[in-house]
Amino acid sequence: MTREYPDEPADEFPRPPRTITDREGRDVEIMAADAGDHDAVFEMYLSFDPADRAQGIPPAREEAIEDWLDTILGEETLNVVAVHEGSVVGHATLVPDRHGEHELAIFVLQAFQAAGIGTYLVKTLLGLAQKEGLENVWLTVERWNDAAVGLYKKVGFETTGAESFEIEMSIQL
Amino acid sequence: MDILLGVGGSELSYHALEETIDRTQATGDSLTVAIFDNEEMNTDADEVQDRVEETLAETEFEATIRRLEGDSPGSELISLAEAEEFDRIVLGGGERSTLGKIQLGSIVEFVLLNSKTPVTLIR
Repeated sequence: MTREYPDEPADEFPRPPRTITDREGRDVEIMAADAGDHDAVFEMYLSFDPADRAQGIPPAREEAIEDWLDTILGEETLNVVAVHEGSVVGHATLVPDRHGEHELAIFVLQAFQAAGIGTYLVKTLLGLAQKEGLENVWLTVERWNDAAVGLYKKVGFETTGAESFEIEMSIQL
Repeated sequence: MDILLGVGGSELSYHALEETIDRTQATGDSLTVAIFDNEEMNTDADEVQDRVEETLAETEFEATIRRLEGDSPGSELISLAEAEEFDRIVLGGGERSTLGKIQLGSIVEFVLLNSKTPVTLIR
């Protein structure tokens, strides 16, 4: 199966670190993260609302979160976190697939959703990806998740597959 | 109960076969295994059938084997279940990407959405 990508590469995205003010007036830092930030990221997933899970992630049990974080904070991955008053409140990750392309996912704690943080996270992660020379990024999103689909479109992702429960989208950097 | 298990050659479909054998051995249900080509997996129905027969032999479990021909295994599976009054369709599916997101293949999705026979998805 060959994944399709938009013909034209995307424009330049902003790179981390950045300090932004969200729509609720909260100061949020967007910064690169790696395995050394495991504990702070783990804390965020412990307080993640299970109802906000999508397509089976993040896992609910603590041991399962640990295993999953080993993968998504592992080598060859790229990560950015949103930090407010010392705590991680959002996280976006790029994980390589078998074809050397990268799958994107993003998570924002419920209290910080709908404030623009997700958009900042995705754009800044793509900026980091451009700096690291990544070219092909894709994602899947549940078709009923209008907020997420709208966010990805706004950032520049194009729909490449819409036949199934999940919409597949991609962007060329 | 008469169980119809679809096996198309994905790792998850073999996992479903083993789980279903365990379950039907415990309950005394009767099992029919429908073999098909899963285009998304590049599998070959003959090889799939060999592996299913091997697993059945190893577990000393008796099951009927059927072959689904045609381009739409999901549709064939539903028709077979309805025509021969099976009580339940069982399928394996829900593969995870490296990142961990679960995605359903097109055959599983077709069966879940279109079957009047109850469907069990084994992940």
